[in-house]
Amino acid sequence: MKPRYAPYFFLAPFFALFGVFMVYPLFDSIRLSTYSVRGMQNQTFVGLENIERLIADPLFWTALWNTAYFAAGSLLLQLPVALALALLLSNARLKGRNLFRLSFFSPVLISGVFIAVIFYLLYDRRYGLVNRVLGSEIQWLQDPDLVMPALVLAGVWRWAGFNMVYFLAGLQSIRQELYEAAAVDGAGPWQSFVHVTIPALKPVIAFVVITSMIGSFQLFDLPYVLTEGGPGNASMTMVMYLYKHGFEFINLGYAATIGWALAVIIGVISIIQVRLFGVFREN
Amino acid sequence: MRNPVRTTITYVLLILLTVLVLTPLFWVVSASFKPSGEIFSYPPTFLPQDPTLENFTRLFQEMPIVQYIVNSTFLATSHTLLLLAIATMGGFAFAKYSFRGRGVLFAIVLASMMIPFHLVLVPLFTLLYQFGWLDTYQGVILPYLASSGFGVFLMRQFILGVPTDLIDQARIDGSSEFGIYWRVIIPAVKPAMGALSIFGFLGAWNEFLWPMIVLRDAAKYTLPLGLASLVGVYRQEYGMLMAGTLLSILPIMALFLAMQREFVQGITLGAVKE
Repeated sequence: MKPRYAPYFFLAPFFALFGVFMVYPLFDSIRLSTYSVRGMQNQTFVGLENIERLIADPLFWTALWNTAYFAAGSLLLQLPVALALALLLSNARLKGRNLFRLSFFSPVLISGVFIAVIFYLLYDRRYGLVNRVLGSEIQWLQDPDLVMPALVLAGVWRWAGFNMVYFLAGLQSIRQELYEAAAVDGAGPWQSFVHVTIPALKPVIAFVVITSMIGSFQLFDLPYVLTEGGPGNASMTMVMYLYKHGFEFINLGYAATIGWALAVIIGVISIIQVRLFGVFREN
Repeated sequence: MRNPVRTTITYVLLILLTVLVLTPLFWVVSASFKPSGEIFSYPPTFLPQDPTLENFTRLFQEMPIVQYIVNSTFLATSHTLLLLAIATMGGFAFAKYSFRGRGVLFAIVLASMMIPFHLVLVPLFTLLYQFGWLDTYQGVILPYLASSGFGVFLMRQFILGVPTDLIDQARIDGSSEFGIYWRVIIPAVKPAMGALSIFGFLGAWNEFLWPMIVLRDAAKYTLPLGLASLVGVYRQEYGMLMAGTLLSILPIMALFLAMQREFVQGITLGAVKE
């Protein structure tokens, strides 16, 4: 093999898989979304009918609302918790630092299915630990007003430790002189947090916000196992709705349309956030 | 942190938070050793009053749990090995060769990291149907590897740091291009491969939705699939579910403990370097 062909040879496996299992399906998904597909052999062209149906489908909007609720919850609750954990751990002289970090990170290692099983027991009205500690008998997963907050809290438990690692790495890359200069100028801890830490962390915050949003919009396993989208459809998410149409009702055309709606929403949100943070502008 | 009050507050908060995070895990361990009557006793007990191995023995007797463990291990291991090969080769090409189309191809790799896998669930399913790959392991593994863009990017970042002199020297000594990859690059990026293999293994070990769509035959189920299928049936058998949960968490915990440093280094590379 000549050196000039070598890089193409080395790249072939990735691009072959990417072409067959990502690029082709992406185009096929456009085609599918203009068809009514009932089972594998029964396809009829319907044009934009799936999109019209989607816009008029109240359940789709419910799923979108629930998913957005979860994403907003992650943004407002989980990320501040993650940052707080990182700040607490940022001192290198802290004793037992590795042990704390490992504990906070450990939920990330567990499959969503098992997290759902664990929280099913924790949230139980009578035998659950949550109600035991609160001294209450709240039906967390059976009350349509409480089920999404309960999922957000489970999400905080699951992902805060993961984002903490990013914040921690960001904090460690801030030069100590910046804090010393701020202290010389008479800045207290709060002021140096606002004027030194936050601006220096901006690229990491941008990264974490964008990846968390993309992840949150694809929420599936937790509600699928924990609540099956219920009660009613109070915890139905977009990917669950896609799954239901695609693989339970075998309504592939409509499911592909939901997939595109999801992609468009994720794309728009990512672009807005990239603009907001000005991520790619500096370099 | 010379201020003793601040130090004390930090430790108190850290310990409280650790308790909060670890309690659900403690609950799993505790429940898997409780006899079935005790899990649903009121008020709930923190420690098993009457510890038993009954949940584990029943798990092994009544469920094909060994089969699930074997399947999960096989699937996650093959996924990881393939991911390592694809990512190190791709990363090597981008880091150490200049060739026509490099910029465009690299941009495609970066863009591929942003495409949500769920967008193509449906067309992938119809594609696998046409291939006759439904209910097969290659049907689970290969489409998932189309999302190896992150791995390629990660390995490129690490391979950039390998001295080009080593490569030139190997070439002068008459080594083939593949020989350079195998004898120079691979040994130099072993720690980074450690990080990537945890990613790959963790992802494949824990993945739920995609294997659920592809696999039909219960004998091919992975641990998350197998246990999820029992949730409805065994709602009252929580001890068994908890024991199963514990069994599936342990291997991944052990792997992570062994490679903690490389992993943290790996996941933060993309976010902080730029």
